[in-house]
Amino acid sequence: MAKPLAKQSLPGPADIHKTVLSNGITVLTRSNFNSPSVSMGGYLPAGALFDPDHKLGLADFVSSSLMRGTQMQTFDEIYNELESVGASLGFDSGVHNTSFGGRTLVEDLPLLLKLLAESLQSPSFPKDEVERLRAQLLTGLAIRGQDTADMADMTFDQMLFQEHPYGRPSDGFPETIQSITRKDMKEFHRRYFGPKGMVIAIVGAVHPKKAVEEVERVLSGWQVPGQVDAPLLPPLKPVRQTRRHHHTLKGKSQSDLVIGMTGPRRKDPEYMAASLGNSVLGQFGMMGRIGDVVREKSGLAYYAYSSLNSGVGPGSWEVNAGVNPANLMRAIDLIEKELRRFVKNGVTKEELADSQANYIGRLPLSLESNSGVVSAILNIHRYDLGMDYYQRYENLVRSVTREDVLETAQKYIDPDRLVIATAGP
Amino acid sequence: MTKSITQVTLKNGLLVMLKEIHTAPIISSWIWYRVGSRDEPTGKTGISHWTEHMQFKGTKKFPANMLDKVISRLGGHWNASTSHDSTRYYETMPADKIDLALRLEADRMTNSIFDAKDVASERTVIISEREGSENDPMFRLGEAVQNYAFRVHPYHHEVIGDMADLRAISRDDLYTHYRTYYTPNNAVLAIAGDFETKSMLERVRSLFERIPKGITPPRLARPEPEQKGELRFSIDGSGETTFIQIAYHFPNATDPDYFPLQVLDSLLNGASGLSYKTSRLYRALVDKGYAVDVSGYSDASIDPSLYRITITKHPERKVEQAISILDSEIMKLQEKLVSKDEINRALKQARAVFAYGSENITHQAFWMGYTAMFSTYDWFITYLNKLARVTPQDVQRVAQKYLQPASRVIGFYNPKGKGG
Repeated sequence: MAKPLAKQSLPGPADIHKTVLSNGITVLTRSNFNSPSVSMGGYLPAGALFDPDHKLGLADFVSSSLMRGTQMQTFDEIYNELESVGASLGFDSGVHNTSFGGRTLVEDLPLLLKLLAESLQSPSFPKDEVERLRAQLLTGLAIRGQDTADMADMTFDQMLFQEHPYGRPSDGFPETIQSITRKDMKEFHRRYFGPKGMVIAIVGAVHPKKAVEEVERVLSGWQVPGQVDAPLLPPLKPVRQTRRHHHTLKGKSQSDLVIGMTGPRRKDPEYMAASLGNSVLGQFGMMGRIGDVVREKSGLAYYAYSSLNSGVGPGSWEVNAGVNPANLMRAIDLIEKELRRFVKNGVTKEELADSQANYIGRLPLSLESNSGVVSAILNIHRYDLGMDYYQRYENLVRSVTREDVLETAQKYIDPDRLVIATAGP
Repeated sequence: MTKSITQVTLKNGLLVMLKEIHTAPIISSWIWYRVGSRDEPTGKTGISHWTEHMQFKGTKKFPANMLDKVISRLGGHWNASTSHDSTRYYETMPADKIDLALRLEADRMTNSIFDAKDVASERTVIISEREGSENDPMFRLGEAVQNYAFRVHPYHHEVIGDMADLRAISRDDLYTHYRTYYTPNNAVLAIAGDFETKSMLERVRSLFERIPKGITPPRLARPEPEQKGELRFSIDGSGETTFIQIAYHFPNATDPDYFPLQVLDSLLNGASGLSYKTSRLYRALVDKGYAVDVSGYSDASIDPSLYRITITKHPERKVEQAISILDSEIMKLQEKLVSKDEINRALKQARAVFAYGSENITHQAFWMGYTAMFSTYDWFITYLNKLARVTPQDVQRVAQKYLQPASRVIGFYNPKGKGG
């Protein structure tokens, strides 16, 4: 057997190479020659934060259009180059960023980066392609509108983040997607896309120096004077009392529910305590205490778990379950009871030790594939966690105490101020 | 990717497959049982999947609440799944912790409790799983397509089973199923990762070889008679979106025609795991505005199964338009030889997909056991070579042989909401 995982085999300052190009693009690389493939990912700060309410979904529409045609090539030509070599590339957008990711055999890395650069710098938003995409987005929204889990999530975000950009679905609504014009898209791209704040990570069978050269060749010439900075997030309106809303979807045999509240930001010092607490609450083993009560003991649901979603702004801490419509109230009651118990008594010594061991033990698994390492190094960069984060990780996890978990639970969870969103018949 | 593996059949008939991979301190262990939904008679549909759920309810030595905790504590992940042809369980663990997984699997091959109370609570969990699936139009359409395509063969029903059976199956039914099919001679243990073969094999022997051999259970097999004439049906449901699923009868994974059909699928729908925007059907249906999406799927199965093409219709087009475009694309393949370049492209795509898969140890262990269900590991390691030997004439021949309207089923999902 291999030796137990040595500190130096985890990504760290010695093997994550960071280079900042003259136009501001940060390039992060790490080599792995075990397989002849390369994964790539990154982001730039052009997200739905810039979308006006009546054009919500604009950032998303733009990111989906980037590969639909550029000044140099048509949609079909771009994908022909990409798919002919078994490579993939895609764009997506969220509230803060437009993100991208792809993978390729190492011999085709230059091609992948060329297509990335071309899509970012010179999309042409061809009329026919935009209309075709619009029809696809509208169908996607129609399907979303029939999905109990999606609708419960969306309702939850709208209630939790009132009058806040996090309360808006970044993929918009049918009427906002209808109202977006090609001119809007070109304007969005012109104002918000640029090298400032862009990050790209490359992991795989390539030397860091070579990877940086390849990025430089296609992206170092990108200059966007006057690239607009993202607006600051407004303050969050507190939830003053438990609120519940049901979104009716007829003809469904299962209802979905989301119960929750706000959570810490990823950079907050209590993040790790909240994350470990959440593990005990609704992740560890067969989905923690929530899974145990709702699924194992009561047989009410196929899935029931809790999750902590933390990013640059306020996060959400939520419990999700899918249950028979007749059991909805019973499931909500059980979950509320668990939340009360969690805030009152916190976690036991053994529960905390279990989750700590799980976090430490599973680290090598999450870093096994190139794409796993790409997301890991993008995370430490984005949330400023330090290049040695994964080497300090074990200590960070172990240093969390039962008191820390209880204090964090009490800071965020108030069982009398919950947001409860449900969708179903 | 190294290709050499060690295969040993223990005295009790358990096939053990071992593959050393030393790229990360991780080991993935999979145990496969030769039983799936195709082995279920009417009245017992869903019993293989339910049995899989019961395998997480504990043995005397590893009680339920301890099992998942121990694995999670060690940083492992584990899960199980049931298909038409097999039921499989895996644990992927830090290399020095794999022994626990091996002890657990050896124990639960024979010692699971199947407590009546657990059966009762799992019944409602599985009913809830089915209700969740029924929320999805594609589940309902896919299930109905199977029902139409297989009148006789037990691929007829979905793995989850029918609601009537989920309400009726008893604890004793489940336990009988477990004891009938969970024997070493009906199982394959596939382990990949950071170990030494010799010591791993010794450990496997010491844990598994003492389990007594059982009677090898026969597999339920009622060959599907040839379909004579196209079958069409429609189902209604909520929403605004029309889905069409077209299913052709396809040969099993060991049929020589399987490989030219994989190339054909790549040309029509793209390579699995990659984008497919330059595939023939995407260009003809989506680029031209008849559909908003189209995708294809086929299984590597023991008995002849289905090749399914799913079209998400464009709201402003008619279903017949989409089907006639599909037919004309198929006719092109039947009438005109494809170029060698197109075949080479499919081959390069498959090479890339293999390389991505080799980054992941769990994936590599999966393929050992999976191929053992319908063939041997050789099927996997010679896969790319077999694709490389496919000629334009082969592709034309299989297009003519299998993509015939008379042997297909077309299902329509008609939305009852606006705009359907």
